[in-house]
Amino acid sequence: MSELYDFEDAIAAFDPVMGLEVHVELSTLTKMFCGCANKFGAPPNSQVCPVCLGLPGAMPAVNHKAVESAIRLGLALNCQIATRSTFARKNYFYPDLAKDYQISQYEDPIDYDGFIDVELADGANFKIAIERAHMEEDAAKNTHVGGEAGRIQGAAYTLVDYNRGGTPLVEIVTKPIEGTGARAGEVARAYVAAIRELVVALGISDARMEQGSLRADVNLSLRPKTADPAAQAAVPFGKRSETKNVNSLRAIERAVNYEIRRQAGLLSAGQLVVQETRHWHEDTGSTSPGRSKEEADDYRYFPEPDLLPIEPARAWVEELRATLPELPAKRRARLQAEWGFTDREMRAAVNGGALDLIEATVAAGATPAGARKWWLGELSRVANERGLELAALPVTPQDIAQVEELVGSGKINDKLARKVLEGVLAGEGSPEQIVAAQGLTVVSDDAALGAAIDAALAAQPDIAEKIRSGRVQAAGAIVGAVMKATRGQADAARVRELILERFSAD
Amino acid sequence: MPAITRQEVARLAELARIALQPDELDRMAGQLDTIVEAIRTVTEAAGGDVPATSHPIALVNIYRPDVVRPSLTVAQALQSAPAEEDDQFKVPQILGEEP
Amino acid sequence: MSDLTRLTAAEMAGLLAGGQVSSVELTKAHLERIDQVDPAVHAFLQTLPEVALAEAAAADQARRDGEQLAELAGVPVAVKDVLATKGLRTTCGSRILENWIPAYDATVVRKVREARLPVLGKTNMDEFAMGSSTEHSAYGPTHNPWDLERVPGGSGGGSAAAVGAFEAPLALGSDTGGSIRQPAAVTGTVGAKPTYGGVSRYGLVAMASSLDQVGPVARNVLDTALLHEVIGGHDPMDQTSLNEPVPPVAEMARRGLAGDVKGLRIGVVAELGGRGYQQGVMDRFQEALKLLADLGVEIQEVSCPSFSYALPAYYLIMPSEASSNLARFDAMRYGLRVTPAEGPATVEAVMGATREAGFGPEVKRRIILGTYALSAGYYDAYYGSAQKVRTLIQRDFESAWENVDMLVSPTVPTTAFKLGEKLEDPLSMYLQDVATIPANLAGTPGISVPSGLAEDGLPTGFQVVGPARADAYLYQLAGALEAALVDKWGGPLLDSAPDLVALAAGGQTAGDAGSGGRGIGHQDGPTGGAK
Repeated sequence: MSELYDFEDAIAAFDPVMGLEVHVELSTLTKMFCGCANKFGAPPNSQVCPVCLGLPGAMPAVNHKAVESAIRLGLALNCQIATRSTFARKNYFYPDLAKDYQISQYEDPIDYDGFIDVELADGANFKIAIERAHMEEDAAKNTHVGGEAGRIQGAAYTLVDYNRGGTPLVEIVTKPIEGTGARAGEVARAYVAAIRELVVALGISDARMEQGSLRADVNLSLRPKTADPAAQAAVPFGKRSETKNVNSLRAIERAVNYEIRRQAGLLSAGQLVVQETRHWHEDTGSTSPGRSKEEADDYRYFPEPDLLPIEPARAWVEELRATLPELPAKRRARLQAEWGFTDREMRAAVNGGALDLIEATVAAGATPAGARKWWLGELSRVANERGLELAALPVTPQDIAQVEELVGSGKINDKLARKVLEGVLAGEGSPEQIVAAQGLTVVSDDAALGAAIDAALAAQPDIAEKIRSGRVQAAGAIVGAVMKATRGQADAARVRELILERFSAD
Repeated sequence: MPAITRQEVARLAELARIALQPDELDRMAGQLDTIVEAIRTVTEAAGGDVPATSHPIALVNIYRPDVVRPSLTVAQALQSAPAEEDDQFKVPQILGEEP
Repeated sequence: MSDLTRLTAAEMAGLLAGGQVSSVELTKAHLERIDQVDPAVHAFLQTLPEVALAEAAAADQARRDGEQLAELAGVPVAVKDVLATKGLRTTCGSRILENWIPAYDATVVRKVREARLPVLGKTNMDEFAMGSSTEHSAYGPTHNPWDLERVPGGSGGGSAAAVGAFEAPLALGSDTGGSIRQPAAVTGTVGAKPTYGGVSRYGLVAMASSLDQVGPVARNVLDTALLHEVIGGHDPMDQTSLNEPVPPVAEMARRGLAGDVKGLRIGVVAELGGRGYQQGVMDRFQEALKLLADLGVEIQEVSCPSFSYALPAYYLIMPSEASSNLARFDAMRYGLRVTPAEGPATVEAVMGATREAGFGPEVKRRIILGTYALSAGYYDAYYGSAQKVRTLIQRDFESAWENVDMLVSPTVPTTAFKLGEKLEDPLSMYLQDVATIPANLAGTPGISVPSGLAEDGLPTGFQVVGPARADAYLYQLAGALEAALVDKWGGPLLDSAPDLVALAAGGQTAGDAGSGGRGIGHQDGPTGGAK
């Protein structure tokens, strides 16, 4: 076994080429080929029937909605929609495959020749070419028992739950992605994120990677780097590995970078990369070979005789095109213009997962700047602390809009607003309820403030002297002291005015 | 040279998951060779311009509406299972290592 | 009523409608007949006396209640064991499914039950319908009622023998390359393969999905048509099923039986006859043609040059699809599970040991052949070429339909062969289907009706094949031929079959039974005209 190569050195010596396969589970009501409910989390084997259990004599029947979703996805990916698309059987034996063949598409996928533009965190753009997107059925769920932590290795036996078997899937396959260099991992991650965003916008999938409703396989190979970048494309691809089970965006980037280092290690040591399936391990951040024994894949594809070809009428395709929602990239451009955000602000909003939240907050009456300030400031910090997605915080865009309104009307100040938010996050109610319950209104009664100012000036005579001598900025210390004394409830602007009034009157 | 050797039959049997016995391998290699010899004529029957027919009656665009139908009960699903545990189908270990 | 089992299904339906007989009486009569003769014939893998009698009683009750009933309501039926029956063991003639209890009914079984036809039992078949003799059943062969030493054809030998031996008036079969028509021909019964998609395949345990079709089996053309109407029609569970009304097969059968066929044009397939065909088979075929000509049918010879490639194409497409369809018998979810005697009991090893122990030699042969035809490097040459031949055969049919309404041929080149005769020679067994296979490849309908007895005293069949969806015209022509032949013979062909009860009572061995059927007294009997 060779050593992992240093990443920088690997990139200096080799050019990575990727191919990404993303499986998207469609959120149709029923499965791909039978009327069983397509719902996550049901008791084992409670959503199965003769068809998805592969009982002798049962026959598949294509779900119209799944085909519709696949076509809409193809259109959103700028694909051609096949004029004739067929199903095929992929034959291999495995206990999670009820019929010991998977109904998939082979020669005539429903979508082909498309592309998607993806944007990296720093704003750099990559165009990813899509080879094809095809429909197929998902396998059942295996639970390995008796080994270490559910691993297949060392398991004594396996339990199979066929509920997931037959769930509609679309598999999106890219063309080889070249020219990414050191950014390969980032590009892979951004691509999968873009697909996720797209299918959610289309409303065709939950795209929850943690539940497996969006899964990515990473094909990666290295080839020697040429001195002249223009000559790189002519160098043939190397042997590739296919890493499966990569179930988070972060893992995709890590898996790509790991494979670059592993393969560079092999190649630099004069060894060969084995063309094989590998599994990603989140805990160790590494990949391992997927099969215990080498078996040449021979899937014996042939046209599925039980299902007829699909020839989508062009009128139907155009009808579906008209149902496409505003796609994410376009929407971002529109929102940025509407909100007047800078590129940097916009990227921060996107990368922070705050776009929908800001939009909803603005819709609830807040200013774009105000909404951005809260979601990307205080709330991002809290989400980070709690290890949650921003959207998972127990606070709504309506709450934030209300806080903004309370601040704008002068009822509370920023400092109090933070307190109010703490209350909302603790589940104490809406901002208005919390303000009322805790009496968190700004003190702007001049008499009460005057007494506090007097006390602060008396406590810090040196500061008072400085102000008197014309150093107006020294008033800040007195404002701070008043705020402290009123536990933040003073109207700071009014305090400042009162202090300055007092000295100008002298 | 026979079209299907014993070795080829062994490979196919593995692919088809049938643990053929040695004597069966011999017998089948002979029989399959005769059969393949007899059906080989198809390779010269049709020219390249003839389209393939996969379905005898040419229908297209047959769909099922996305409407939930009742599933089997868990008991029905498992009623013929050779082994079960926790409402799931119990199958042998997938990899060969000792637990 | 002297012997209810000798009636036609249509006659039984008439008596039921008129209240002269009950379904329970009919069902009992058949169950008794099964008890008497099935030990010698072995048409049934399983009889269902309680189920059948309960269904019969329910049918009688429904009639008393004045329910609107199907024409055949109350007439019992036998079901080939390749069709899933809910709660009732379904084996497909295989060890691997010895204990499989389906959780659902095949659509045709549901239709039969809804039409209130009591199900007498499940009939024997070649394992997974692979064979032409029913000898490949894991549960022992079925014997031909005409000669117990001979095969009843296959794969649906059980269904054909059941109706031929008067154990059931009606039966369901399935036809992938001739499994309904070939047994019909060699047992002197009638069997039809409907247009592909005309009858639902949902619940038919698949051998080759693009070729399989469920169809009716009976003793005469009208009964066959009546059963066809019960099981036909669209089924959303089978997306290859035709969303069209069932053709008026019974009406057209009646027209044919009345002799109304004048002006129909039929073509004699030049490639299906002559060399390789038994003399007696050809003689009966020619005589049948003459009868049809006398009725005003226009007859011409038609050449279908690609039919010579049909058998090779079939023996690539069928095993290819079968190798995939039979993959699911893997010991994981249902059926047999065998743990290997040595080595680690991994999933792979258990699958291999189970399939080794659970499948018979013919099934293994076809799975291996299909795996070969689909595997990398061979696909284009074998499976791909076979699919092209399929196109050529369809074109042959299409050009035939420009000149004729139907094509005719002997159903099978020979009469029934002896048990064991072809077991070690798969290729010669395969030749049994040479005339029936083209219809499966093209999806067109076909029917076989008895044409008489050959020089060996055994039945021969006359096959009619027509364009897709033209099933009704097949019944018309077949009905006309049947009427003319029965008239000529002075009674149905099966009247000449040996008395199985006497054989069984006499304790005669199967070897002695073969002499039956030759003592027919008519001068112009089924063995041919006076020459």
